[in-house]
Amino acid sequence: MDNLVIKNSISGSKAKRRSQLIAFGLFRLLSLCVVLILFAILGFIIYKGIGVISWDFITTAPEDGMTGGGIWPAIVGTFYLMIGSALFAFPIGIMSGIYMNEYAPKGKLVRFIRVMTNNLSGIPSIVFGLFGMALFVNYLGFGDSILAGSLTLGLLCLPLVIRTTEEALKAIPDGLREGSRALGATKLQTIWHVVLPMGMPNIITGLILALGRVSGETAPILFTCAAYFLPQLPHSMFDQCMALPYHLYVIATSGTDMEAQLPLAYGTALVLIVIILAVNLLANALRKYFEKKVKTN
Amino acid sequence: MKKYFEKIVAGILTCSGFVTSITIVLIVLFLFTEAFGLFRSKVIEDGYVLALNKGTAVSKLNSAQIKGVFDEEITNWKQLGGKDLPIKVFRLEDITRYYTEAELGDAYEHAGAKICELVEKTPGIIAFVPAQFIVEGSNIHLIKDNTISLTDVLAGAEWFPTATPAPQFGFLPLITGTLWVSLFAILIALPFGLSVSIYMSEVAAPRTRNILKPIIELLSGIPSVVYGFFGLIVIVPFIQKLFDLPVGETGLAGSVVLAIMALPTIITVTEDAMRNCPRAMREASLALGASQWQTIYKVVIPYSISGITSGVVLGIGRAIGETMAVLMVTGNAAVIPTTILEPLRTIPATIAAELGEAPAGGAHYQALFLLGVVLFFITLIINFSVEAISSKRK
Repeated sequence: MDNLVIKNSISGSKAKRRSQLIAFGLFRLLSLCVVLILFAILGFIIYKGIGVISWDFITTAPEDGMTGGGIWPAIVGTFYLMIGSALFAFPIGIMSGIYMNEYAPKGKLVRFIRVMTNNLSGIPSIVFGLFGMALFVNYLGFGDSILAGSLTLGLLCLPLVIRTTEEALKAIPDGLREGSRALGATKLQTIWHVVLPMGMPNIITGLILALGRVSGETAPILFTCAAYFLPQLPHSMFDQCMALPYHLYVIATSGTDMEAQLPLAYGTALVLIVIILAVNLLANALRKYFEKKVKTN
Repeated sequence: MKKYFEKIVAGILTCSGFVTSITIVLIVLFLFTEAFGLFRSKVIEDGYVLALNKGTAVSKLNSAQIKGVFDEEITNWKQLGGKDLPIKVFRLEDITRYYTEAELGDAYEHAGAKICELVEKTPGIIAFVPAQFIVEGSNIHLIKDNTISLTDVLAGAEWFPTATPAPQFGFLPLITGTLWVSLFAILIALPFGLSVSIYMSEVAAPRTRNILKPIIELLSGIPSVVYGFFGLIVIVPFIQKLFDLPVGETGLAGSVVLAIMALPTIITVTEDAMRNCPRAMREASLALGASQWQTIYKVVIPYSISGITSGVVLGIGRAIGETMAVLMVTGNAAVIPTTILEPLRTIPATIAAELGEAPAGGAHYQALFLLGVVLFFITLIINFSVEAISSKRK
């Protein structure tokens, strides 16, 4: 009798172990699949694009109706858009984050703002494009311009900036603030000299990721800024510009000579991927560096 | 002095605190003002009228019926509730078939009178002509030109914004297309997403997790055009070959691409939720003799179910709003899909593809903004439901 119970429980635990093995094996397998998908995408584009990349490809303009030449104007345009949206979104976003963590009365108000920020971050990028076109291009009369494009992209990455700032400031212990206030510093002085310097590493990491996001967006600039082809670089912020993601879209989907365009598309995709990789690596490296610094202090 | 400075800075910070709320209000305002002009524009092209012979006994036609008549899909007035008469379609360019140039005059100055005469004497005729050609007092019937109604738009089964005389702005094919692609994407992404998040939070060693986490972040950082490009070059031909289809640009291709793009959202949110499950609960379950796997599906998953749901809903939201990748791989045919292996078209892709060609302020332009409004509200509903799900947990 006793033996039977033991036998049952042993066989039960065997079944238990077997189902665990199967389940965990499945999880490992599917996780591996996801990693493989990423490497397949990256590998494919790097493999196909690496032969196209050359100094000429980076530094010359497209030629012969997009079937030859390089992508220099698109790189410049994307760079301008990144700078423009950063100039707009970073100060406002950081200030907004400071307000939410340091000034706003805790409770309903902060929750309301947070819900609004979440909503804004959930709005599809094409809706930002529509809005940017209605407000900046038509209503304010900026026309299709770098200014309109940067403002639209800035609004798009604003929630990301606000959230990282808020998270970064939240992680700073209250004792530091109280200590500073006890020494006679005003609230603003405390924020400027104590809170912000401590939160900066995490904020900067978030800002870099936001820049990465901006560099890859197409839908918001489709109707606010992006040009199919421009013979010269933009002169002012009221000019249109070319942009890498839009350029990739154009040469991948339309055009006269697909055979000739395809290598250029691979090259453009590779440049975009390299920018994103660089941004992510930089953010990770910064995070690690600052973490180490905090530990040793 | 210092005090005032503090006050001013605090004021500026307060203002910037509300910037997201203000942006949302502005988005609503601008989208709505552009979009609702659509309901003031006429069914028939501006400046034109539809003139009928009195004998047809039909006085009202909606836009779908008008299109049916001019595409010659509807050929008898009986189908429209009138008398049993065959329909004769007349467009302005047909006029030379009925009258000679001499009859019409050098500058077509008699064209109006002749058209009215033709409509008067031809039973079953419907004429699509400029309003200026209609002579007052002639014995013909003009179709009452309604403005486009909400039901035309929301229940209209056809999206054909460049059709004449009555452009079709039915949202149904676009809405169903969007839902099909997104739901299939989630069905594909779900097993992968859940497995990765369970693996990362429960099974993997911390070191493996530290490798996986940046990989997932990278996956979410890749621009959507790059996914679209990859889909166009690799996934579309693969699907075409696999199912032996005439074209590979199908809903399924869009779903696969969207599934990959929705993965990071699902994984981050669900993994976060599972890691929040208290250690004590896990340890209690293990101490009672449960295996690790039993603990996961009997304790950890039920505990974090609201977080998992939020992750899935957010993933759906991401998929619904995605524009460029879908635009590049789904083939963009504006028909109500019957299988996922057909080309179909989503709301964001429609906006992206057509806004550039739609003249500003026209009905087509306004219809695209209305699509933007629909999209905005879908995502708003999704966000609020996520909010509701996650506040329930507390």
